[in-house]
Amino acid sequence: MNKKSFLILGAITLWTLSPVLAGTSIAASAKDNYRTYCAQCHGIAGNGRGINIRDMSVQPRNHTDAEYMSQRSDDDLAKADREGGLAIDKSVLMPPWGDTLSPSEIKDMVQYLRTLCHCKYNSQ
Amino acid sequence: MKERLRALRIYPALLALGGVVVAFPSAWAGEDAGMSLLNNRCASCHNLRGPAPASIHALWARKAPDLFYAGNKFRRKWLISWLQKPVRIRPAGEFYADHIKPGPKRDMVDGSTLKPHLALGAADAKLAADALMKLRAHDDLIAKEQVPEGTISTSMGSLVFDKFLGCMACHRIRKDFGGLSGPELYTAGERLKPRFMASYIRSPQAWDPKIWMPNKHVSDTRIIQLVHYLQALSKGGSHE
Repeated sequence: MNKKSFLILGAITLWTLSPVLAGTSIAASAKDNYRTYCAQCHGIAGNGRGINIRDMSVQPRNHTDAEYMSQRSDDDLAKADREGGLAIDKSVLMPPWGDTLSPSEIKDMVQYLRTLCHCKYNSQ
Repeated sequence: MKERLRALRIYPALLALGGVVVAFPSAWAGEDAGMSLLNNRCASCHNLRGPAPASIHALWARKAPDLFYAGNKFRRKWLISWLQKPVRIRPAGEFYADHIKPGPKRDMVDGSTLKPHLALGAADAKLAADALMKLRAHDDLIAKEQVPEGTISTSMGSLVFDKFLGCMACHRIRKDFGGLSGPELYTAGERLKPRFMASYIRSPQAWDPKIWMPNKHVSDTRIIQLVHYLQALSKGGSHE
């Protein structure tokens, strides 16, 4: 294989793998953001059992609950993340993270939530 | 000859400098001693120079609260007292997620990973407090705040803090009530300056861009109510 063919093959391989590599990177940053901002209430395992919950009048959502999470659209989840619980008629205890996370980080977070519940939005 | 002339010019300056040291020995020694104390005893855990962490991983690596704006944040009297008898302010330490473990009902604080804060003697506590009061980054943010004197009933304050804004999710307002990931607030009125409290509530990110406290866009009226409530909680709280 000459040098030119080798470079072309390398470029094709990178192009083929790019979605996989990008997906890995997005999941990692969303996971870090979840550990930093969400885990305090939703738990380090995402099960809604964070260190803060004992005295809360409304308990945080269990993000591993596929039945509930599949009833919420990606837009709803993004809105709750960005604007807080009151924006979707839920508890004030869920704060708005729109000044902390960028729009793309919020989008990634919704995808990360989908990995926690192993579910997609089901409008039925 | 030239060297002699140069020496004659330098000696008076050295003599004058020596005179200052002799005339104000405590001030000269105090400034150096205070900063030396901070550098030797505090700097391995606390950031004395800024800036605040600009990334998640820098935030995770932070071992203790930043002190480069300590003079705008803390009340000197509280510092002197606390440094002699330190008690934990952040129930889950810093960074909180490094000090929690799964429990049977919920995640729990893993006390075995938390280290006690060192205690200073009375003279060193005063020296450290005076040096800390000179660390005044973000004067501009403090200048934007006005907190008029006033009071609020604890029942109304509790309504604002808990029901309207949901702050109790992360903060304790009594030793046995509230969240654990943020600093306890039942001593905040004694610990913190009123205008710092107002500024931090207005925008935590202005002080600490990656902090896990959200900006809830609290109105001016509510901010003043919260500061008065925190002052009422700690009872001894009064204005600067």
